[in-house]
Amino acid sequence: MAQTLAIEARGLGKSYGRLGVLAGLDISAERGSVLALLGPNGAGKTTTVRILATLIAADAGTARVAGFDVVSQRRAVRASISLAGQSAALDGLQSGAENLRMIARLAGLDRRRARARADQLLERFDLVDAGGRRVATYSGGMRRRLDLAASLVGAPSVIFLDEPTNGLDPRSRQALWEVVGELAESGVTVLLTTQYLEEADRLADRIAVIDGGRIVAEGSPATLKRRVADQRLEIVFADPASFARAAGALGPRVVRSEPARRLLAVATDGRAPAVRGLLDEVDPGRRGIDRFSIETATLDDVFLALTGRRPDGGGIGTRQLHTTQSKEVLHV
Amino acid sequence: MSESIALGRRARGGGGPAVGRRRHWRGRGRGRLDNCLVMSARCTRLSSRNIEALITSLMLPVALMLMFVYLFGGAIDTGTTYVTYVVPGVILLCAGFGSATTAVTVSQDMTGGIVDRLRSLDVGGAAVLGGHVAASLARNAASTVLVLGVALLIGFHPTAGPLAWLGVIGILALFVISISALSAAIGLLAGSPEAANGFTFFVMFLPYASSAFVPVSTMPSWLQGFARHQPITPVIETLRSLLVGGSAGSDPWQAVAWCVAILVGSVGLAGVAFTRRTTQSSSA
Repeated sequence: MAQTLAIEARGLGKSYGRLGVLAGLDISAERGSVLALLGPNGAGKTTTVRILATLIAADAGTARVAGFDVVSQRRAVRASISLAGQSAALDGLQSGAENLRMIARLAGLDRRRARARADQLLERFDLVDAGGRRVATYSGGMRRRLDLAASLVGAPSVIFLDEPTNGLDPRSRQALWEVVGELAESGVTVLLTTQYLEEADRLADRIAVIDGGRIVAEGSPATLKRRVADQRLEIVFADPASFARAAGALGPRVVRSEPARRLLAVATDGRAPAVRGLLDEVDPGRRGIDRFSIETATLDDVFLALTGRRPDGGGIGTRQLHTTQSKEVLHV
Repeated sequence: MSESIALGRRARGGGGPAVGRRRHWRGRGRGRLDNCLVMSARCTRLSSRNIEALITSLMLPVALMLMFVYLFGGAIDTGTTYVTYVVPGVILLCAGFGSATTAVTVSQDMTGGIVDRLRSLDVGGAAVLGGHVAASLARNAASTVLVLGVALLIGFHPTAGPLAWLGVIGILALFVISISALSAAIGLLAGSPEAANGFTFFVMFLPYASSAFVPVSTMPSWLQGFARHQPITPVIETLRSLLVGGSAGSDPWQAVAWCVAILVGSVGLAGVAFTRRTTQSSSA
């Protein structure tokens, strides 16, 4: 049982004063797999990671990481894990190499081995040239790579990556994805949190969707995507009459409708024959469609499909945004 | 590319938590000492590279000493040349201020992400805070030497013999360690580095209401009680008697008692604050 599961949490609960963050969360990850915890801001992702990484204690529930209990066998857990957080935990006034050597020493390596390990990781993460420079001069992507390198210093068997690509430009994000992919291939168990469906899809063997402090759906990316319109064809009609006609013809296949913009969206696999067929179906006369585009599912779409509502989490700003969107839906 | 990671794991004898095994083998006490040394080296390096803070902590005491000696000194009658009177006070002001900046560096560590990484590496509060105190000791050694050097240039003539110098170093080190430990505790309690910075001002002004710059007997009577019995005064009087002679009376014992009391209280407070701070941080 515990031998095949690297992460196993049952009924985790946590609240800060009257603010409940986790409400009976269950997750598990097999050894050597990548589990993505997908959810909006404030859903409880970071709290979950911090509990599993022994940094805070849960109010309720139990968790085992790498076969050890996160409370009673905290030291053994800490010796087997590493954590790369949202804020790169590095000293800006030390060079990249100095940061890595320091962490290697703290992980228990002697001076000579610490140096060797730091050099090895700098090479591995393409930071050899920057290794002697102070981290304060690094770009966001370089910092994140160094942070990831730092989290690998002690050769952990379980790695927690808390929103590893948050705030990175697309190129750095791509580079980091490759690194995480290789990590997974090397047999390490990875738990990563993310707000991006695309990221979870790209990296994870299994995705757990978290909302309001509990898991609302769990499965392989393919399974989840079958339940969600992974891609959708958005069509903007030239006039209200064509819009109404198409809406009637498509019926329940419409996944999104915005009458004010004369916009309808339908699930698609994005392949040309399918798209062409759909366009011909809703507009046989070939005059009713103004524009169309293929859109990739967002976190909101996942939640809407899985739970029938928008995510609980997020600040007031996003809530207002959701309300306006819901109004548009209600107009139908 | 994945080869090198796999290599790192193999190099230490295959899968599993290699680090955990080694830690076990090396023994916990030895590991803790190593961690303290690594953290001390880190904090000292960070201090030496924080140029603005370094210049402030080196130049401010020198500037204050020159100001007191040349601007105010002529008008202050202490029974000796003023430079002889004021140097122990300036050294202590400098040590107090330098130690108090520990509150800022500790607070920076606690608000940045680094503390989580350190804790997930099983580096305890003693090593984290001990590193800051050690760096403070190194910083203050440098600034004290600088102040003494300038003081010698402007006419300070210490009469201390080798034993008395050892006493000076001892009492200063004890003072720096205890104020640094207090500052570390304050840094843990402060919500932000800016708030922690307020504490450095408090510590910097404390010597003014002591015998550092003027004899206590020249102060208004309501202030004399405070000035005589606050911790800075016995430390200064001890330094003064060691450096330029004169009877110290019970001052050395009072100074040591104050420092040890502050140190013990601070270590206890810091222990509680570190645990509280690191188990109840409220980020979701």
